[in-house]
Amino acid sequence: MTAIRLIPCLDVDEGRVVKGVKFQGLRDAGDPVELARRYNEEGADELTFLDIGASHESRDIMIDVVARVAKEVFIPLCVGGGLRSVEDMRAVLGAGADKVAVTSYALKDPEVLSRAARAFGSQCVVLSIDAKRAGGTDAEPVWHAFINGGRVDTGVDVLEWAARGEELGAGEILLNSMDRDGTKAGFDLELTRRVSERAGIPVIASGGAGTMDSIVDAVRLGKADAVLVASLLHFGEATVGSIKRHMEDKGVSVRW
Amino acid sequence: MTAVVDYAAGNLRSVLNALESLGEQAKLVEGPGGLAGADRLVVPGDGHFGTAMGTLESRGFADPVREWIAAGKPFMGICLGLQLLMEGSEEAPGVRGLGSFPGAVKRFSGASAAGRLKVPQIGWNRLRYPRKTELFEGIPEGSWFYFIHGYFVEPADETLSVGDAEYGIEYCAAAGRGRACAFQFHPEKSGSGGLRLIRNWLEGATA
Repeated sequence: MTAIRLIPCLDVDEGRVVKGVKFQGLRDAGDPVELARRYNEEGADELTFLDIGASHESRDIMIDVVARVAKEVFIPLCVGGGLRSVEDMRAVLGAGADKVAVTSYALKDPEVLSRAARAFGSQCVVLSIDAKRAGGTDAEPVWHAFINGGRVDTGVDVLEWAARGEELGAGEILLNSMDRDGTKAGFDLELTRRVSERAGIPVIASGGAGTMDSIVDAVRLGKADAVLVASLLHFGEATVGSIKRHMEDKGVSVRW
Repeated sequence: MTAVVDYAAGNLRSVLNALESLGEQAKLVEGPGGLAGADRLVVPGDGHFGTAMGTLESRGFADPVREWIAAGKPFMGICLGLQLLMEGSEEAPGVRGLGSFPGAVKRFSGASAAGRLKVPQIGWNRLRYPRKTELFEGIPEGSWFYFIHGYFVEPADETLSVGDAEYGIEYCAAAGRGRACAFQFHPEKSGSGGLRLIRNWLEGATA
């Protein structure tokens, strides 16, 4: 059976890894190639790079980072952030990425998921959703999908968007809780579980990994197929190995 | 030198990187002319069985690849590159595969004793060896490899299988005969175990 994946997430801004809280107050966390190398040695199952830079040069910097990492790190690499066309995707795949993650562009032009799936196969296409609680009741909460780095509420219901994305050709869903991003308050388990139970494709939980137990909860209660971790690793509070050991102690299948 | 068949699908860069990291000279070839001078051949791949087979045909690769394998020359198929060796696939009914290995390609049902499984399978899974081969020399049984696929192969001849994995059902994850081998997982994305497997193949391991 497939192991639950632990995926370090590297938010890259102008060539540096940064991490904030709820998408704000970014702190420098190091060099992306060096961190990629370290997490790979520690046993990461995959790496995700998100380009959060706003400049025109930012894409080229990301492509250079991916090309350098891909030459020495032989695990799956996913790249997202600012991709606006199948050609943009082809450029990051050509640099050595295995998957592309699309957030804003997919909401503006959902058919891009189909075009990308036709061009590269669904296994390459990750629908990334920045989700924020937007009312509803405790029994029936509602989350909206946000775009442009979490600045704009599209009003689109996250559960419906995830299902539609799957129909259009996404092969995985990267589900990021904006309410929990960088807070270490634990994952939004209700959101994760609702998306994962409805989806026929794997769901990667993101946003809120604060303790080892919260990661186990994302899998057991949130039914996540993979877990994205950033702050906990970048600032030295845990290692990939220590998290996986804890997951295994709690009965979660991990790969060594 | 290893030729890597380019049929415009998936991540070919990683396969080249993995070969080069092992000191092997590797080049992407877009037509059968590129096979001249190659000692080894890799058909990597992701994507759709029908589309890939169509591109292999239109670029003139189908027969040369069949002949390469039939001649017993070193060959490695990766992911879709394994499925294409079979006679056909549920993914593209009516499309004839390369047929180098007798058998079919089927879709995972997603059913399992432990409940519904997500399809495609994405992630790391372990191998069991139905028989011992030089290919997996130095790679203990139970080692983890990276998989990403919704379809799996069912060789008609059981002795073709050299590595099995379990995803709701037990299925063939590695097939081989002589110097031709093919893997459902991505050795170029499977960390040190995957690199060891590629190295074994480069050094002449047989299945």
